[in-house]
Amino acid sequence: MAPMADHDPMIPRVAHVRRKQRELVDVATLEIDAGEFFFAPGQFNMLTVFGVGEAAISVSGDPADPSRLVHTIRAVGAVSRALTELSVGEPIGLRGPFGRGWPMDEARGRDVIVVAGGLGLAPLRPALYRLFAERENYGRVILLYGARSPQDILFRDELEQWRGRLDAEVEATVDHARGDWRGNVGVVTKLIARAVFDAPNALAMLCGPEIMMRFVADALGDRGVAPERIHLSMERSMKCAIGWCGHCQFGPVFICRDGPVFTYAQLRGLLATKEL
Amino acid sequence: MIEGLEHIVAAHAFFAGLEPSLVALVSGCAKNARFEAGKYLFREGESADWFYLLREGRVALELRDPARGAVTLQTLGPGEVCGLSWLAPPYRWSYDARALDNARAIAIDAACLRRKSEADPRFGYEMMKRFMPPLIERLQATRLQMIDIYGAHG
Ligand SMILES: Cc1cc2nc3c(=O)[nH]c(=O)nc-3n(C[C@H](O)[C@H](O)[C@H](O)COP(=O)(O)OP(=O)(O)OC[C@H]3O[C@@H](n4cnc5c(N)ncnc54)[C@H](O)[C@@H]3O)c2cc1C
Ligand code: FES
Repeated sequence: MAPMADHDPMIPRVAHVRRKQRELVDVATLEIDAGEFFFAPGQFNMLTVFGVGEAAISVSGDPADPSRLVHTIRAVGAVSRALTELSVGEPIGLRGPFGRGWPMDEARGRDVIVVAGGLGLAPLRPALYRLFAERENYGRVILLYGARSPQDILFRDELEQWRGRLDAEVEATVDHARGDWRGNVGVVTKLIARAVFDAPNALAMLCGPEIMMRFVADALGDRGVAPERIHLSMERSMKCAIGWCGHCQFGPVFICRDGPVFTYAQLRGLLATKEL
Repeated sequence: MIEGLEHIVAAHAFFAGLEPSLVALVSGCAKNARFEAGKYLFREGESADWFYLLREGRVALELRDPARGAVTLQTLGPGEVCGLSWLAPPYRWSYDARALDNARAIAIDAACLRRKSEADPRFGYEMMKRFMPPLIERLQATRLQMIDIYGAHG
């Protein structure tokens, strides 16, 4: 999947914000007018706000619809904030898609457990669209989602819609809630203990804070899922996104080129290290 | 009646694999219980005389905060034990437990279980082995909830 072969991969092309939706107080989804844009679930783009800077952001839209390039962004610093503050019609710089995404082919014929934490649901959403669009290709489909509080639940309407499906198990839990919340309260790892799946034949996809992924991966391991079948998406700050600058190095791998999706077998030792 | 209960106790996930003579000892302290949605299994400050093994429905563990109303600490479901404060003095609940749905449970007389544990250390140790994991799990969960992993990022 050579990204935009007719362009220098370091030079962003200019696109425009076509639509914008505020998801949460600090999270917005941008639809970008980028012509036909093909990507694999789990890949990311480098997005530029001109005059501010560039950030790596996963594609959060439907891989089956190349006419709509969608990104969901949380404002954590200068660039991400500027991205969430862009208005419809404003220019945005775009490089990508980059990276190796979710192992959709390897997932075929298996029970698939998708575990998302917080904004981690955004990079997993393209994989979920694919799983649901090609439902017959997979065994059980289980989505477990953890958020900070009921107010922080991302893509709430879609989660409700997926929860209504008879061919998937969708569970959400929050860390903190007022007494009027009727859903689950507790860490997302608890949902794993309760889920029904065929562990030796299952494949898991994880995205969220690193601590959460570590505990989830261990909980899946305790249930009998092999570390080679547990895939997680890593975030490290990016500069070039094509394996040149070494900025995203994580032990022996470059997140941009070798990832962002890795297996737990590859990362287990590194994740236990305090700083890399 | 007791025989039926023994069956139910033995079938509960929490007592999976417990040997029959010990199932009989637990069952001697047990009875069936039902709670309509919204009813309290116990309230903060009350003496921890009974605890519950959930069979159906979910239960919220809540703290009352005058400023914020009830805050849910955790929700529990079938197969889980509701209430651990009966294990250690002063045997008093430190939170409310409220049924979110119509719930069914095995209610266990805490004093009875403590007495049998004292009298038969093998039984007591078996009970400790089963009640320790949820205690540790809740400690670990509380740590993760406290550091607010989804807060600034993720
Ligand atoms: C492959 C990949 C995919 C990503 N996908 C998305 C996505 O879909 N949506 C999205 O909102 N973000 C995503 N990110 C994260 C995003 O790239 C960073 O949040 C962004 O680079 C921050 O830039 P900034 O200039 O706004 O913040 P900075 O000024 O660089 O940082 C501000 C603060 O945020 C902290 N911070 C920076 N980066 C992160 C991070 N990744 N996680 C947590 N805290 C961070 C810093 O430590 C600092 O405290 C992705 C990152 C990678 C590598
Ligand atoms: S960002 Fe330059 S090597 Fe990965």
